[in-house]
Amino acid sequence: MTAGHMREITYLQAINEALREALAEDPRVFLMGEDIGQHGGAFGVTRGLWDAFGGERVRDTPISENTLAGAALGAALTGMRPVLEIMFLDFSLLALDQIFNEWAKVRYMYGGQCTAPVVLRSPQGGLSWKSAGAHHAQSLEALFVHIPGLKVVFPSTPYDAKGLLKAAIADDNPVIFLEHKAMYGDRGAVPEEPYRVPLGVADVKRAGDDVTVIAAGKMCHFALDAAALLAKEGIAVEVIDPRTLKPLDEETIFASVRKTHRAVLVQEAPRTGGVAAEWGMRIVEACFDWLDAPIVRLAGADVPIPYAHSLEAKVWPRSPDIAEAIRKLVALEI
Amino acid sequence: MTRSISTETLEQMYEIMWRIRRFEEAAGAFYQAGRVKGGIHASIGQEAVATGVCFALRPGDLITSTHRGHGHHIAKGADLNRLMAELLGKATGYNRGRGGSMHMAAFDVGSLGAFPVVAAGVPVAVGAALGIKMQEQDRVVVAFFGDGAMAQGTLHESINLAALAQAPVIFVCENNQFAVSTRPENSLAVRDKVQWATSYGIPAWSIDGQSVDAVYDTSAEAVERARAGGGPCFIEAMTYRFEGHYFGEPQVYRTREEVDVERRDRDPIARLHDRLLARGVEPTTLDALNQAASEAVEAAVAFAEAGPEPDPETFADEVYSP
Ligand SMILES: Cc1ncc(C[n+]2csc(CCOP(=O)(O)OP(=O)(O)O)c2C)c(N)n1
Ligand SMILES: [Mg+2]
Repeated sequence: MTAGHMREITYLQAINEALREALAEDPRVFLMGEDIGQHGGAFGVTRGLWDAFGGERVRDTPISENTLAGAALGAALTGMRPVLEIMFLDFSLLALDQIFNEWAKVRYMYGGQCTAPVVLRSPQGGLSWKSAGAHHAQSLEALFVHIPGLKVVFPSTPYDAKGLLKAAIADDNPVIFLEHKAMYGDRGAVPEEPYRVPLGVADVKRAGDDVTVIAAGKMCHFALDAAALLAKEGIAVEVIDPRTLKPLDEETIFASVRKTHRAVLVQEAPRTGGVAAEWGMRIVEACFDWLDAPIVRLAGADVPIPYAHSLEAKVWPRSPDIAEAIRKLVALEI
Repeated sequence: MTRSISTETLEQMYEIMWRIRRFEEAAGAFYQAGRVKGGIHASIGQEAVATGVCFALRPGDLITSTHRGHGHHIAKGADLNRLMAELLGKATGYNRGRGGSMHMAAFDVGSLGAFPVVAAGVPVAVGAALGIKMQEQDRVVVAFFGDGAMAQGTLHESINLAALAQAPVIFVCENNQFAVSTRPENSLAVRDKVQWATSYGIPAWSIDGQSVDAVYDTSAEAVERARAGGGPCFIEAMTYRFEGHYFGEPQVYRTREEVDVERRDRDPIARLHDRLLARGVEPTTLDALNQAASEAVEAAVAFAEAGPEPDPETFADEVYSP
C-alpha cells in the first residue's frame, strides 16, 4: 500500500487517471479505439483525454477490431506503447487472430527479436448493467488465460484498477486488461500520487480461518458480502482476489487453502472451461493433502446471456448463493 | 515515370535475384531429402518483385512479409546464413529455431516478420507506419501480400485505416495468379485492382512484376511519395509462381504447359540477364554474379548444417519478456 493522500473516486475515474498519467509520463503511450476521442468512449472511460492530449495520442478509429489489434502491434514494434480500447469485450472476438496469433506469439516465435508492449482494455461482464443480452455482457477471460504469451488482469476495486493499469502499460508483454462494466461507478480510496500494483500478485481482501473463497471482478464483491454476513454466524471467510488471472499468484492461494482446508471458487463466466476449473485443479495438484472437503465451484450458467430480466437473473451466482455454499461446506463432517 | 537505373544497381539486383532462387532451390533440396518437415512456399518466378521493391527502400525502412517470404528477407538484406539456419530449425537461425520458413523475421534489417495467416501482416504494417508517423521518423513501411489476401477483411480495413491516417505504407500485392488453386478472378469480385484500390482514395498501379526495372521504378515513386508525407499507395505486381503452392504440392489446377510457357517467356532473371547483355555487360560478368550467389547460398547451407539444434531445455524461454 502506498501512503499519501487518499480520496474516493470511481473505478472508471481510476482507469481514466491511470491513462492520463501514462500519457503524461511517457510519450510512447497512445490510445486507440472507437469513439474514444471527443466522445470519451462508450462508457466515458477516456473522457477529457482527447482535450488534454489531442487526436494523435487519443485516436478515434474506424470499426475494424482485428485491424486495430494488428495496428497496435505494428506501432509497438516501432517502439510505441499502444493501449487499445475495444468497446465491449464481446467484440474482441473479431480481433482474436491478431491477439492470439500475433500479440501472444511474436516474441517467442521470432526468437526474442522483439517485445509486444500492447494493452487491450475492454469492459466485460453483466449483472447490474441490465439486459445487455447475448453480445454485450459476456465474461471471456478464460479465452485469453488459455493463450501462452498473454497476461490477463481483472481488477475489482478502483485502487487495483489504477495501479494494475499503470503496471500493465509499463509491462513489455501483451496485457488483456478486463474492466467490469457493472463496477464503473463503484467508489473506493485511491492515492493522489502515482503508484503501480504489480501484475501477478493476488490480494487477500478479507482474512479468515474457516474457508477460502477465490473470486475476481464483481464476484469478489459478492464474496465479500457473503463473508460479512457469515461473520455474524461465526464463520470466518478468507476472500482472495487474484487480480491478475495470468500469471496466477498460486502461492497466496495455496497458503490460504493450507490454512483453511476448504476452498470455494466463484466466477461469473459460464461454468465449463472457466478460470475456476483451473484454480481448482491447481489446488488439487498442490494442496490435496491439506483439503478437508471437496472444492466447491459457483459459476455462471452454461447459457448465452438472455435479455429478459427474469431470465437474466437466473444466470449468475450472487452473495446469498455463495453464503449458502460456504455454510454447507463448513457444516460437512469429513 | 521511368528512372534510369544504373547498370551497377541492375547487376546487384541480378545477384540478389539469383540468391533468392538458389536459396529456395536449396530449400527444395532439403525438402526432397526429408530434412525439412514444415511446409516451404517458394517464390521462384517472383524474385523481381521482392528485389525491385526492396531496392527502393533504405535500411531503416520496414517490411511485413508472408508465408512466401524468403525473397523479401533476402532482398531486404537479411543474413543468408541465419535465414538458412532458421529454415533448418537451428539455434543459429534468426528466430533460434522457433519460427522456420513461414515465420522468418529479421528485425536487424527491418523485417517485422512473416505472417502466414493470410493478410495478417498488413494491419501490422499500417500500425508500424502510424508509429513511424507519430515519432516523426523518416521511414516507410511495405506490406507484402498475395492476390488471395485481397479477399480478407483486414486487408480492406487496413487500406481504409492507412488512408484515413495518411500513414506511410506501401501495399504490395504480388499477384502470382494463384491462392493455392484459386485464380485471382475468384478471389476478388472487382477484376481491376487499381480501380478497387483507388476507390479508397489512394494512388494505385498495376505493373509487370517480371521486370525488375518496372517494379523498382514504381516502388521508388511510391516510396518517395510516402516518405514525403503523401500517404499510402497500392501496387499490384503481375507475376507467376513457378513452383507449386508449397514444395511437393501436386498442382492439379494447372497444366504443365502453362508453367513451361511462363518459365520460358517470363522468367524475371532471364529477362534481367538479357537486359544487362543489351547494356553491354559481358556474359562472364553475369556468370560471375550467378556464381557468387551460388557460393553465398552454399556457404549458408554449410553454416546452417554446422549449427547446433536448439537446447531442448530452452523450449519455454522467452514466452514472456522479463
Ligand atoms: C487466414 C488464412 N486462411 C487460410 C490459410 C491457408 N493458406 C495459406 S497460403 C494460402 C493462399 C494465399 O494466397 P495468396 O495470398 O495469393 O499468396 P500466395 O500463396 O500466392 O503467395 C492459403 C489459403 C492461411 N494461411 N490463413
Ligand atoms: Mg497468390
